[in-house]
Amino acid sequence: MLYNDTVDSEALVHRPWFVAIVFAVVMAICSAINFTDTWMGELMRAVIGEPLTSGLYGRFATGLVLSLLFCANVIVIGFIPFKAQVITVWVELLLSFLAFFNAFDLSLPFIWDKLPILLSQGLFTTLYVAAVSIFFATILAIIGAVAKLSGNGFAYAIASFYTSFFRGLPLLMQLYLIYLGLPQLGVVLDAVPSGVLALSLCYGAYMTEIFRAGIQSIDRGQWEASRSIGFGFGLTMRKIILPQALPVIIPPTGNQFISMLKDSSLVSIVGVWELMFLARALGQATFKHMEMLIAVALIYWILSACMEIVQARIERHYNRSKVR
Amino acid sequence: MIGENAIEVKHVSKWYGAFQVLHDVNLTVRKGERIVICGPSGSGKSTLIRCFNRLEAHQKGDITVNGISLHNKMRDIAEVRRKVGMVFQHFNLFPHMTVLMNCMAGPMWINGVPKKEARDRAMHYLKKVRIPEQANKFPSQLSGGQQQRVAIARSLSMQPTVMLFDEPTSALDPEMVAEVLETITTLAHEGMTMVCVTHEMGFARAVADRVVFMDAGRIVEEGRPDGFFSDPQHERTKLFLSQVLRH
Ligand SMILES: Nc1ncnc2c1ncn2[C@@H]1O[C@H](COP(=O)(O)OP(=O)(O)OP(=O)(O)O)[C@@H](O)[C@H]1O
Ligand SMILES: [Mg+2]
Repeated sequence: MLYNDTVDSEALVHRPWFVAIVFAVVMAICSAINFTDTWMGELMRAVIGEPLTSGLYGRFATGLVLSLLFCANVIVIGFIPFKAQVITVWVELLLSFLAFFNAFDLSLPFIWDKLPILLSQGLFTTLYVAAVSIFFATILAIIGAVAKLSGNGFAYAIASFYTSFFRGLPLLMQLYLIYLGLPQLGVVLDAVPSGVLALSLCYGAYMTEIFRAGIQSIDRGQWEASRSIGFGFGLTMRKIILPQALPVIIPPTGNQFISMLKDSSLVSIVGVWELMFLARALGQATFKHMEMLIAVALIYWILSACMEIVQARIERHYNRSKVR
Repeated sequence: MIGENAIEVKHVSKWYGAFQVLHDVNLTVRKGERIVICGPSGSGKSTLIRCFNRLEAHQKGDITVNGISLHNKMRDIAEVRRKVGMVFQHFNLFPHMTVLMNCMAGPMWINGVPKKEARDRAMHYLKKVRIPEQANKFPSQLSGGQQQRVAIARSLSMQPTVMLFDEPTSALDPEMVAEVLETITTLAHEGMTMVCVTHEMGFARAVADRVVFMDAGRIVEEGRPDGFFSDPQHERTKLFLSQVLRH
């Protein structure tokens, strides 16, 4: 929380100068983009006559009405409680995005037709690759973090070399090195294992640093209390240190998971039939690129949103001891 | 068990880098004995008492606790730590666990006590420190004095034979000092072997069998509290006592 001051100032959206600025900005945008050929123009037919021939007057009148509606909307939202505000604004933003996509004149039946294969083949592969990689990356991260903090020269050297190398190379290049480079050494990996290996190693390196910072954030007294009771290293780590480090670790790790979900699309370049690959393949075959791309974009977004919800829940769970 | 002594410290020296914190310290704590260690800041009191459960390692001499000599063997150290409870200046409760869980964790995960029994045992000791009603709260919801009493209950749940206290009241507000000292006093009267670092001279006078005065890493003087307070032998002790007793 920002812990706002107890001195309430009037809401920004209820100040005349702010509303005036919003009005001016929306008006400017409406003048730049002609809205007379949309449903808004149709609605205004009674005032401006035939929308398409209404010219400057029509454009100005439509813009004026739109700006007034927008400002009224903002002011009204300013009055309702927090939760309702969040929901209303979310829904309005979502609707405007849908309207934006709608403007592309997409063929919905086509998307509907291809959805089953996108979901069964693409979504499954994407989730599979991401989930397995997340699992291995987390294990690598814990080992890496402990190694970096262990005070053992060997372990530190190996772990820091690992994080330096895999954070330093582009993920795409790691993927090529594994898929095309390893066979030169006689190790031939399939596309999916190559992708999982590259993603695990790369994200494991990033997460090593996150876990290290999390473990370091725990007060030394916790180690001492745990040791003085008689817990060994394993118990101390599992039951005392990591659970306390989680509130520090989870937000950036959630970021990594979401990012990993989308970066799993990189494995499409070695021919794995995940979402991105299917989107391009199906789109190219039928020249309906936009349909496929937008459909897949929405799937990625929904997946990420699910992860955000899961993350929020876990955070709440681990913050429950912070009550006062 | 083995011998009469809970803790034997023989010719112990310790260094932090080139700086010598402990100089040839000798001390014996008999079973059931209550010892108070005092001395000026930086004199090595915490360091010494933390050597007793090997939160710090000594470099020279021998420390024997419950008949087990402390050296580089994890198995022995673990055995000692199970039987030696420690209470810290800053409580160091586990903030992510409830008060009850703080007290159940040790018995359950180390001694393999079944959950129900561990709960009963934890509640028993929470009653003993007189805060059973806070059992399901988190440490952050308690006052300092309450937290310190939970820390004592947490240590007691392991059913230790020796309790170590490192300035258990010096992070507390004055009105909470009394409740914590009372708890420790009760424990002392029940015959618990304890070593307590503290500046509370009234407490020392009331419960200690022996007061140990340290300065600059050495034990300067030790003796029964009546003699120690009324007739200190060393100049350094007199100066220290005149300073703490003035408050
Ligand atoms: N980890 C460390 N590294 C280096 N020096 C240390 C370390 N811990 C303690 N010391 C030094 O050792 C000396 C003794 O410290 P110690 O904490 O045992 O004193 P103390 O008697 O408990 O003092 P206080 O009453 O302030 O708690 C001090 O001079 C301190 O600066
Ligand atoms: Mg100290």
